[in-house]
Amino acid sequence: MSNLHQFEVVVVGAGGAGLMAGLYASRTAKTAVISKLYPTRSHTGAAQGGVGAALGNLEEDHPEWHTFDTVKGSDYLGDQDAIEFMCEEAVPAIYELEHMGLPFDRTPDGKISQRPFGGHTNNVTGKPVRRACHAADRTGHMILQTLYQQCLKNNVTFYDEFQVLDLIMSNGKAAGVIAVELATGELHTFHAKAVIIATGGHGRIWEITSNAYAYTGDGPAITLRHGLPLEDMEFFQFHPTGIYKLGILITEGVRGEGGVLLNGKGERFMERYAPKVKDLASRDVISRAMYMEMAEGRGINGQNYLYLDVRPETVNKYAALDGRTNPDGSPYRVTGEQILAKLPDIVDFCRVYLGVDPVTQPMPVQPTAHYTMGGIPTNKFGEALADEKGTVVPGLYAAGEVACVSVHGANRLGTNSLLDLVVFGKYAGLRAAEYAKGADFPPLPADAGDYIQEHLSRLRSGTGKENAFDIAREMKKVMFDHVGIFRVEAGMQQALQKIRELQERYKHVSVTDTGKIFNTELISAWELGNLLDLAEVITVCCLNRTESRGGHARDDYPKRDDVNWLKHTMIWKRNGQLQIGYKPVTITKYQPKERTY
Amino acid sequence: MEITLKVFRYNPEKDAKWHYETYVIEGQPTDRVLDLLEYVKGYIDGTLSFRRSCAHGVCGSDAMRINGRNRLACKALVRDVGTKITVEPLIGLKVIKDLIVDMEPFFDNYKKILPFLINETPPPADGKERYQSPEDRAIFDDTTKCILCACCTTSCPSFWANDDYVGPAAIVNAHRFIFDSRDEAANERLKVLNSMFGVYRCHTIFNCTEACPREIQVTKAIGEVKMAILRGKIK
Ligand SMILES: Cc1cc2nc3c(=O)[nH]c(=O)nc-3n(C[C@H](O)[C@H](O)[C@H](O)COP(=O)(O)OP(=O)(O)OC[C@H]3O[C@@H](n4cnc5c(N)ncnc54)[C@H](O)[C@@H]3O)c2cc1C
Ligand code: FES
Repeated sequence: MSNLHQFEVVVVGAGGAGLMAGLYASRTAKTAVISKLYPTRSHTGAAQGGVGAALGNLEEDHPEWHTFDTVKGSDYLGDQDAIEFMCEEAVPAIYELEHMGLPFDRTPDGKISQRPFGGHTNNVTGKPVRRACHAADRTGHMILQTLYQQCLKNNVTFYDEFQVLDLIMSNGKAAGVIAVELATGELHTFHAKAVIIATGGHGRIWEITSNAYAYTGDGPAITLRHGLPLEDMEFFQFHPTGIYKLGILITEGVRGEGGVLLNGKGERFMERYAPKVKDLASRDVISRAMYMEMAEGRGINGQNYLYLDVRPETVNKYAALDGRTNPDGSPYRVTGEQILAKLPDIVDFCRVYLGVDPVTQPMPVQPTAHYTMGGIPTNKFGEALADEKGTVVPGLYAAGEVACVSVHGANRLGTNSLLDLVVFGKYAGLRAAEYAKGADFPPLPADAGDYIQEHLSRLRSGTGKENAFDIAREMKKVMFDHVGIFRVEAGMQQALQKIRELQERYKHVSVTDTGKIFNTELISAWELGNLLDLAEVITVCCLNRTESRGGHARDDYPKRDDVNWLKHTMIWKRNGQLQIGYKPVTITKYQPKERTY
Repeated sequence: MEITLKVFRYNPEKDAKWHYETYVIEGQPTDRVLDLLEYVKGYIDGTLSFRRSCAHGVCGSDAMRINGRNRLACKALVRDVGTKITVEPLIGLKVIKDLIVDMEPFFDNYKKILPFLINETPPPADGKERYQSPEDRAIFDDTTKCILCACCTTSCPSFWANDDYVGPAAIVNAHRFIFDSRDEAANERLKVLNSMFGVYRCHTIFNCTEACPREIQVTKAIGEVKMAILRGKIK
């Protein structure tokens, strides 16, 4: 085997989760972090609004409240032991980030500043609570930078612009990965005792998305091919406020600062759907309300978009109506300069991409495909699971958006993903290093690189009668139209048929670039195969779950059905066939209740 | 509308020398240059190579020269750059293929300025945050925005002349730590920047400030670092 490397722990991905895992694993084990992008290009850098922790810096708050809000936000599908663990670990995790140098915004007395976010409440009054710790509207950028800087400080070994194409399994244990060095086209074998997958999400399956080009689901597509399960793949979050047509995210922080959603009649419609917290209800509730407004003809000029309005006069009007106050009890009021200071990137995006100035004009928005709740099943230590009974796959770990712990259940609360990365990234790193210390290198199977070699040569030698871009476009459209915010049997059946047809057509794609150096055409074609495989899995899971819960909303089964569906979906691909099983939800303190905001 | 896209092409495995290729395509005023490049790659020539990820100006992948000016392709709209568009790789870094340049020297310069918080004083005993006033936080706010895209550094004639010069991006990142009230290693960084490859290579040409897609006041930050060196200390 040429280009053979040996590390005790290999981390795949250098976003928030991968960097945290790398930082912790490298303290005791020989570790490499492999990433298809330069670490600082990872999608964590796009996160805007904040990271949640009940620090209570501006008002009373408790990890138990954060736990309850997360359970409720998950539409009771989250595992309560893991949620409690995350919300308690949140507090020390944020302080750790601060000690690492993260430049959080500050309160007047110098503490970490916090803002309200959707679904995060004072559990006594039911009113929004300030829990999202933020650095302007580039909190993710600051987390990514800070963690990368700490990795440099601690001499973590990186393989930048190396793309992992396959996992190596040896007698049921993880034994390493195969990666292509993009600059040379050479394949490298990384022999390892433990592999941590931290490759992020797969929002590129949908037409309108806030997600980066790199969000192609490489991690879960690879583990699926190895016969390992995926969990809760029907749950994908559509964020209420993407820039119309482009999908670029406008953070919920805009509504946290007092912005409101308005329909074509100028009504603040969220009053009708969530009387208590209104525009700060959880995302699934708002996206669905927006869909209803547009379906009933109340979009702006009857079109498929609504307004998000953060003009000071609007904010001040509704803040007065809501009786919103500052921490010192004075009425809440904002000026244009304050909006600009708190949301500089949002203002910039709107100016650049829309030619709209949000300080003086409302922003046209529509729901955008945003976040992968499902993924590689793990326990709360990041150990990947082989089945519904919780059996661990020796040596395999997952953390971040790619993993399904599950702390987000059917719907993730804003600020809980960045939190998930730092908490579970850390534990996956610690566990993997600990495991590696007590384990030998599993033998490398002789055929380790064969599958991927074959797959790549197939992509190079297809008949060429199909165009990869057309296939991608058609996939995105059918998934957005039929496996999006609202779902019905017939539409999803049609989508499934279409996806399977596209999978067939994909076999005829031929890559024209015959070179080795930065063959981005070949890599994109490989990524498209991952997206198609996951689109199929998602659609099958959506058809299977005959209820509405969190991000999975069906017109034909509009109610949550706890009797039959209070359980996680597990899906495997065995002998080319998808098979579904179930795993119970862990309920500790909070019995499922009807969800109102 | 019809758009004429002229693109620098170089494939080291095939071409002895670089050349330009011109594509005439249909587009909208609201299209990003990145969308046009994607279109060419998808339907005209799959071998065209460039980096990209976030597509909205926050990851720093797709810095390139667009009509002679360093920009992010995902943040340059047709309505801003016109319908005759020339796209070339950044200057001062080796071209690997088409619009992809070797970023290693750029990141090496970044690493030279110790880009991480150094504070040997133990954090508060209660485990909570170190305090910092909003005023102290504001001093270095601008330079925390850097996405390491290299637009500034590769627009700088001093960097073109000598790539040992650490360049504006590295100084911006040094500024971010030097002026952070929690950091204790300002003097070490100033030593690096006071060397022959440090701040004095900057001749205040302002290309960097104009090039920054994050609108960081790069020249101002460099000026503040120069002042700090002159005064021998920060506060
Ligand atoms: C616009 C936007 C705003 C958001 N705002 C918030 C917010 O305010 N608060 C919040 O909590 N969450 C927010 N989120 C969600 C959150 O940012 C993401 O869920 C999270 O950052 C994902 O982190 P990660 O470490 O799992 O993945 P990423 O940061 O995406 O990292 C994935 C890594 O995997 C690597 N990789 C992928 N495939 C391969 C492969 N095949 N081989 C090698 N490497 C590979 C990539 O190079 C990258 O380094 C937001 C998301 C978006 C898109
Ligand atoms: S693609 Fe991320 S900055 Fe342009």
